[in-house]
Amino acid sequence: MAHGPATLADGWGKYISRWVFTTNHKDIGTLYLWFSFAMFIMGGAFAMIIRAELFQPGMQLIKPEFFNQMTTMHGLVMVFGAIMPAFVGLANWLIPMMIGAPDMALPRMNNLSFWILPFAFAILTSTLFMEGGGPNFGWTFYAPLSTTYAPDTVNYFIFGVHIMGASSIMGSINIIATVMNMRAPGMTYMKMPLFVWTWVITAFLLVAVMPVLAGAVTMMLMDINFGTSFFDAAGGGDPVLFQHVFWFFGHPEVYIIILPAFGVVSQIIPTFSRKPLFGYSSMVYATAAIAFLSFVVWAHHMFTVGMPIAGELYFMYATMLIAVPTGVKVFNWITTMYRGSLTFETPMLFSIAFVILFTFGGFTGMMLSIAAADMQYHDTYFVVAHFHYVMVAGAVFSGTAAVYYWLPKWCGKMYDETMGKVQFWIAFIGFNIAFMPQHFLGLAGMPRRYADYGLQFADWNMVSSIGAFMYGGAQILFLFNVIRTIGWGKPTDDPKVWEGAEGLEWTVPTPAPYHTFATPPEVK
Amino acid sequence: MLKRAQALFLGLLGPVIALAIAGNVSAESATRQLNMPQGVTEVSQAAYDIHMIMMWICTVIGIAVFGFMFYVMYAHRKSRGAVAANFHENHVVELIWTIVPALILIVMAIPATTALLKVYDTENADIDIKVTGYQWKWQYEYIGEGVKYMSELRTSQDEIYGRAPKGEHYLREVTEPLVIPTGKKVRFLITGNDVIHSWWVPDFGVKRDAVPGLFTAAWAKTDQPGTYVGECTELCGLGHAFMPVVVEVKEEAEYNEWLAGKKAEAAEYASTIGKEWTFDELMVRGEDVYNRSCAACHQADGNGIPGVFPALKDSPIALGAKEGHIAVLIDGVAGTSMQSFADQLSEVDIAAVVHYERNAWGNDVGDVTQPIDVLNYKQGQ
Repeated sequence: MAHGPATLADGWGKYISRWVFTTNHKDIGTLYLWFSFAMFIMGGAFAMIIRAELFQPGMQLIKPEFFNQMTTMHGLVMVFGAIMPAFVGLANWLIPMMIGAPDMALPRMNNLSFWILPFAFAILTSTLFMEGGGPNFGWTFYAPLSTTYAPDTVNYFIFGVHIMGASSIMGSINIIATVMNMRAPGMTYMKMPLFVWTWVITAFLLVAVMPVLAGAVTMMLMDINFGTSFFDAAGGGDPVLFQHVFWFFGHPEVYIIILPAFGVVSQIIPTFSRKPLFGYSSMVYATAAIAFLSFVVWAHHMFTVGMPIAGELYFMYATMLIAVPTGVKVFNWITTMYRGSLTFETPMLFSIAFVILFTFGGFTGMMLSIAAADMQYHDTYFVVAHFHYVMVAGAVFSGTAAVYYWLPKWCGKMYDETMGKVQFWIAFIGFNIAFMPQHFLGLAGMPRRYADYGLQFADWNMVSSIGAFMYGGAQILFLFNVIRTIGWGKPTDDPKVWEGAEGLEWTVPTPAPYHTFATPPEVK
Repeated sequence: MLKRAQALFLGLLGPVIALAIAGNVSAESATRQLNMPQGVTEVSQAAYDIHMIMMWICTVIGIAVFGFMFYVMYAHRKSRGAVAANFHENHVVELIWTIVPALILIVMAIPATTALLKVYDTENADIDIKVTGYQWKWQYEYIGEGVKYMSELRTSQDEIYGRAPKGEHYLREVTEPLVIPTGKKVRFLITGNDVIHSWWVPDFGVKRDAVPGLFTAAWAKTDQPGTYVGECTELCGLGHAFMPVVVEVKEEAEYNEWLAGKKAEAAEYASTIGKEWTFDELMVRGEDVYNRSCAACHQADGNGIPGVFPALKDSPIALGAKEGHIAVLIDGVAGTSMQSFADQLSEVDIAAVVHYERNAWGNDVGDVTQPIDVLNYKQGQ
């Protein structure tokens, strides 16, 4: 074993250099996780501003102009700053340990792919303090609102998106290279933990669609600054083209967010059921099927744009198909629990909540796939409720579960179980109070991205805001619990940590040493 | 733990339910709407029906799946002495739960397709109305009738910013609603002028994006007179929440009367365009037009929003030649969000607002802009 990592005892200079120049997958994973948590708090603060303004009808706290910046920044920061880096962080920490590799295949690129991210978000958020304000055209930034009609700061937004895209592509290439080349002897593809599988498939999605996003923002850049008319009807372009390009990226993007979450839950449920994952191979095939379908359903986000009926029908049928592989996954998780020996530690609670609430979001997703009904749902709070059920109760819940599940392995200390459970219940209840009423609001006719609303929507908006503040409060408890664990948690040196845990990461000592699997393990 | 959790859950849910019930007593029934409206057209009914079918299918599947899951969570807990089995696959079961959902989907696809065909049945309309989305108002044009007008939010800024009590129709009232007759198939041809908007009337089941450079079609036919309120549903800038759609459905005779009135109005306007207006008349009218059509961007005090919308106070255009100022309103400014107002405002309104901008907030140019100046500029083009 080589030298250990610099600690604070070696002085601040060395300690900071360690993090800046690190090529260690665990350090980089840690950086990603803390960064994403910081972004999660920031994006959450934006959400709190939104919900505070919507607490009552009328404009009380902010102006509509700033409200639009908040909805836009909330979406961008949560998708690109919080959720995606959180899963890249988990991938960095876990994939080498799960496949018996000493590190990621491309450690220097790993360092680069992380360290450009803070700059991307510094550029993006700095626009809030500039003349003209931040991006105000929604996270979907439809042209021409984001081109001809955008504030000048849109150029910073474009540059920021380019950097995030580069970071994601590098991260993905690294994961693909690691999994393809660095599996321990005997670790065949069909023996890989499901988290690794979902991440490989996600990485391929990322490599395929991030360049499409880069293309979309580059065309915007050209339209704004260099006189082209890709998206300007007056110059022979087409605003609808933007939406096709955006959603060709955007739909796979939502699966990029949810697939690693599937992977996490597929690790945790077997552990606390003390029973192997049911239907491993069908899980792998279902993941691949979902990934494939994600490329061919994009225009279901555009049912009201005036597509010909043949297009509508095709995108409707293709979208409905996604329910099949997704159903397979849900059935597999539940059957894994069936005849197990269940305990309900915090990670398991979050995972079970994930299964229930994600499935609920899947149901509303199926309703949204029906084009004729979508004419009523489209761009209302029904959609907002739908995607928060899959993004928050899906991706964020599973990310929280993952932190609780692997934290003892990472730092050799146990978190406070009671505090974890309290956090879970506050988060679970707060989440449902926040987002369940939004279904009603949407069906009753409240459009999304509204800074103000008619009096008939007042009650449910107030309920929703109360739930949102509750959910926000739960995150402070989460942060507190994590810091408390790292600083003052009860030490543990049990390599398995959890009675039912299976997999290579549970064979290394606890806490996981700085370098693991310098000699590859044999997998039988 | 579960007991405690249950208590906690109910304890926290209690106030919310109480709040909901309390609200129920005080508020009118419309505010309590939880479900999609059935609406008053064939299309809205079709959307509602397929929505309900889907909701029931999902409910049944949900109860079955979650019911089983909760049974498992209860029966197979370690604390009850459950010992884990070791099975991890069963091809028959896996095949069944792949095929059965697929079959359900095929069954669902049939009503979903029928409903969509109804939405797209826009042929053979009796009346064609062109709907154009503007930042942040709607324009309705009765094709072939020579009737065209703007429909803007009527709720005052004071109500929005809490300086006056909110009226009963807060954000659901417009200067002039769209009017259609009962019993006629009305086709809406929807487009956008600047950015993308979306024209939605829930009770008609009509929602179509208003895309610049593209026409989309939708239709409605209803026998139920009344006022139907909708919204703009595509983010279109800072006035997105402030451009409602209001449609009045009238009996045919009443509608014809209304249409004749609108035509007469248009003819009368054309005859008075040559009138000479006084300085003060124009200031009063100009301020009104300004607050409705310009203040959202350039602000009521003429200071604009730095970096986004230029100030008009002390601006070279407002202080410069009259013709240049009129030109900005008629032609817009290419490559910016300053659009052309030639189709949105009448000559009188343009003259009044130009006059106002040149003589308000300390812009003391002192000249008078007459409607005839605007007309001359338009004809000179």
